[in-house]
Amino acid sequence: MAAFSPQALAEFQLILGRYPTKRAATLPTLHLAQREFGWISPEVMAYVAGLLELPPIKVYEVVTFYTMFHQKPVGRHVIEACATLPCALNGAEALLEHVEKRIGIRAGETTKDGRFTLKKAECMAACGGGPCLQVNGDYHEGMTPEKFDRLVAELA
Amino acid sequence: MPDAPLEHPDQRRQPREGGEPPAPVPPPPAYEPILLRNIGIPDSHLLKTALSRGAYQGLKKAQAMAPEAVIEEVKKSGLRGRGGAGFPTGNKWSFVPKDKWPHYLIVNADESEPGTFKDRALIENDPHLLIEGTLIGAHALGAEVSYIYIRGEMVLGAKRLEAALAEARAAGLLGNRQIHVHRGAGAYICGEETGLLESLEGKRGYPRLKPPFPALVGAFGKPTVVNNVETLANLPAIFDKGVAWYRTIGTEKSPGPKIFCVSGHVRRPGNYEKPLGYPLEKLIYEDAGGLRPGRTLKALIPGGSSMPVLRADEVQGLTMDYEAVQARGSLLGSAGVIVMDDSTCMVRCLLNISRFYAHESCGQCTPCREGSTWLAKILGRIEAGQGEGGDLELLLDICDNIAGKTICPFGEATAWPVQSFVKRFRDDFAAHITQHRCPQRPAAVAASAR
Ligand SMILES: Cc1cc2nc3c(=O)[nH]c(=O)nc-3n(C[C@H](O)[C@H](O)[C@H](O)COP(=O)(O)O)c2cc1C
Ligand code: FES
Repeated sequence: MAAFSPQALAEFQLILGRYPTKRAATLPTLHLAQREFGWISPEVMAYVAGLLELPPIKVYEVVTFYTMFHQKPVGRHVIEACATLPCALNGAEALLEHVEKRIGIRAGETTKDGRFTLKKAECMAACGGGPCLQVNGDYHEGMTPEKFDRLVAELA
Repeated sequence: MPDAPLEHPDQRRQPREGGEPPAPVPPPPAYEPILLRNIGIPDSHLLKTALSRGAYQGLKKAQAMAPEAVIEEVKKSGLRGRGGAGFPTGNKWSFVPKDKWPHYLIVNADESEPGTFKDRALIENDPHLLIEGTLIGAHALGAEVSYIYIRGEMVLGAKRLEAALAEARAAGLLGNRQIHVHRGAGAYICGEETGLLESLEGKRGYPRLKPPFPALVGAFGKPTVVNNVETLANLPAIFDKGVAWYRTIGTEKSPGPKIFCVSGHVRRPGNYEKPLGYPLEKLIYEDAGGLRPGRTLKALIPGGSSMPVLRADEVQGLTMDYEAVQARGSLLGSAGVIVMDDSTCMVRCLLNISRFYAHESCGQCTPCREGSTWLAKILGRIEAGQGEGGDLELLLDICDNIAGKTICPFGEATAWPVQSFVKRFRDDFAAHITQHRCPQRPAAVAASAR
């Protein structure tokens, strides 16, 4: 059974205090759950639903609506490459091709050794620094194939 | 490096790999930034830096006034919403009923319109400006609790806001008001204010039918105002320096400063804060360093990717204010200025845009859910050299069946790019169909395009 650590449970209590309804805590609790468990399995959804006193379907429909909740296990490093127009005008497509070749998977896949997950992302509000990508939530702007190779070398 | 101070977005540019070195920076413009004034200063996100730069002075002055008087001042300032629609902020505030409580102020920090990256710059580099603006708004509306709905992807932004809120709280600046950071989780539609409210309540971001408007029935069924980050960031200066001063900036109908996000084929993309009514050509050719060598302007989207595209000849002499952009057949929107030079394939650009909207349609309304996917499919076909006679009419017919037929304006955001690209660059589309390839590129490349 999935269950929060005491520390995560304390954070959960703080979250609850911010909203007039328990249901409003769904997104923050799922973010917390993803941090704790790495991804949102059906078991985790049921656990979160129990915490929030919601039918599991209410949590399931939220998890499946938002792109940031992983419904499968992901690699140690999640790379999200922006492919939207402003970045595309500055080479995002070629960059994504390079990234795919360099780490040996296509967008949407995870490497066999569990090191990387690659996702194609939509505009990340960094178009002035396009092409850009995020690694584990950190922005990397003005990306080039060379810069990407250096970045990858640092990621165990 | 999440906590390293960020460079000024204007200085963040790297020379393009294999491209020309950036053009020499022109002498500093006479205009002194108001919204971006602290960006580039070391530790601009910390309270002590913000205070040393005059933060929270506007709040003090606003708090000395009655809430109704604050709303009147904002009306007089002429401030219009910077989230896209340009609705007068003071008027919006005055719709909130006095006999129904509590009231909520929600900050729209979901910034996800392609080509827009101003709110993120403000949040990461000057969170206290946003907090001050939010507190002024909360005072005017009598909102004890406010939420900042921030895009889930803005991890650093959320951290900076949390830290800044903790500092402001400890310094007693929040009084008995609460401001909470609420992170989204990846969904463009949650930028639409009623989709945002649903998301805040812990549901899918399905926009609500209006009326009732959020001013009457908003967050948790209570009267609510949703304001964009940049809108609220205007308030501290309005109260610190006064309405008369504020109205000297910008035009009569579009007063105040505006952050223009310039992206695409310019040498120095970035955020440029200018008065509304600023000449577009100055913005592109002086501030943003102009186009790459040997290139000419082909097209420009003035307000984020959902706004109609304009041809180079249509933007000559254009000034960047709500009225002037509308007069040319587009809208200022979020002021995400996307520049495309003569190397650009318009079919490919539109395909990229249409895929975005197909991906982001929330799926609630059939015309939008189905239509956005069909548009992307047909455009994919045309781009791959498999277009057929009648495809353009088909695209336009689908658009007619989306725009105006959906719960929220996402329908227009899906249809307008297609309608405007096909109308203004019809020859480009026709050539792809009759020649079965992109005239600008060899057939082999077109076939392998994704
Ligand atoms: C599809 C769609 C997406 C939107 N995305 C955003 C957004 O990311 N940020 C934002 O501030 N407003 C966005 N808006 C506009 C909001 O609905 C709303 O008008 C705005 O937050 C109001 O704030 P303002 O009056 O201060 O501009 C969007 C609207 C639509 C229809
Ligand atoms: S298009 Fe890539 S960040 Fe906006």
